[in-house]
Amino acid sequence: MTEQEILAGLGEIIDEVAGVPAEQVTPEKTFVDDLDIDSLSMVEIAVAAQDKFGVEIPDDQLKDLKTVQDVIDYVRRAEVSA
Amino acid sequence: MRLTEGQAGARVLAFGGYQPARVVTNDELSATVDTNDEWIRSRVGIASRRIAGPDETVVDMAVQAGGKALAASGLSPADVDLVIVATCTPETQIPNTSASVAKRLGIVAPGAYDLNAACAGFCYALANAADAVRAGTATNVLVIGAEKLSQWVDWTDRSTCIIFADGAGAAIVGAVSEPNEAPGIGPVVWGSDGDMADKIYIEDRNSFIFQEGQAVFRWATTALAPVARQACEKAGIDPGELAAFIPHQANLRIIEGIARRLGAPQAIVADDIVTAGNTSSASIPLALSRMIERGEIASGSHALLIGFGAGICYAAQVITVP
Repeated sequence: MTEQEILAGLGEIIDEVAGVPAEQVTPEKTFVDDLDIDSLSMVEIAVAAQDKFGVEIPDDQLKDLKTVQDVIDYVRRAEVSA
Repeated sequence: MRLTEGQAGARVLAFGGYQPARVVTNDELSATVDTNDEWIRSRVGIASRRIAGPDETVVDMAVQAGGKALAASGLSPADVDLVIVATCTPETQIPNTSASVAKRLGIVAPGAYDLNAACAGFCYALANAADAVRAGTATNVLVIGAEKLSQWVDWTDRSTCIIFADGAGAAIVGAVSEPNEAPGIGPVVWGSDGDMADKIYIEDRNSFIFQEGQAVFRWATTALAPVARQACEKAGIDPGELAAFIPHQANLRIIEGIARRLGAPQAIVADDIVTAGNTSSASIPLALSRMIERGEIASGSHALLIGFGAGICYAAQVITVP
């Protein structure tokens, strides 16, 4: 999956879970400060990302993913090693 | 050996609920622990909860809810021959809660047992009751979920004291009136996962309830929608036809998460947690009784119930609203 595809997928997920319009979901944005997403929504995003990308993001990894780009990188790395 | 004559199906005849008088608001809690109304509302969806008086017991609350359900059903105490109380916070291990509740309601010599499946308890008890009626081992069953969680909460722990509350809810279960009438309680889908036993627990009799919130949240928002869909499938009811969805009132965010993944666009989703808090096994019948009282769900429509909690235990079934 390309970075663009993952970004588009994340945009859909974040729109559905947190009500943030997909176009605001850009790589440099931080979840907490820029997108106003709390820890429970992050869990929901991780669960939805697992459905969409087939990549599991455990809770202990999730807390280190601060920006949209961090998630994109995580998904891509997991795809390579899978 | 002979067996009892069975019944074609079981149904819920009536619900009843009871909440203690004392309302505890988020502002009241933020005076004693480091939290605030906005945080509690956004994370768990609770605006206020009810807390039992110091001398008010689980038996007292169960009697109140059970009495209301019995009155609403039109049956008399003599018609009830089995009493099941789902609770994880009984005052005493022995005697059990159910025999005392039966005695106080004037139900003479019924089968009586307590059931602990934590927050899934009511759905387990409802399934047991339906099976007993179908098998012919009980005629009418009083099923109660009753909890006094306030006595197991550390009121200085802001992660739990904002969530848990007290209350009771009850249902009367009997046979369908005609042999060819559609059953009113669908097949239960139940299960457990002991691997998650350390996520919600009370260590010993001198301890308080502990919950690993994020892990429970992830499990609940992932594992439960498939269980809910399976309960619909077994009952032969499409989720799109459901008039109501009443999940255990654990956390509004969990409720919304499961509802979104279930896909039941016509269903009114119970949000009783907003003013009741998380009352464990009491939450489903309490929410249902209040929704019926307010006229939010029509008699004869289908509602999906799903209980889930410590153990981890879960159970779901479709019912016909009485």
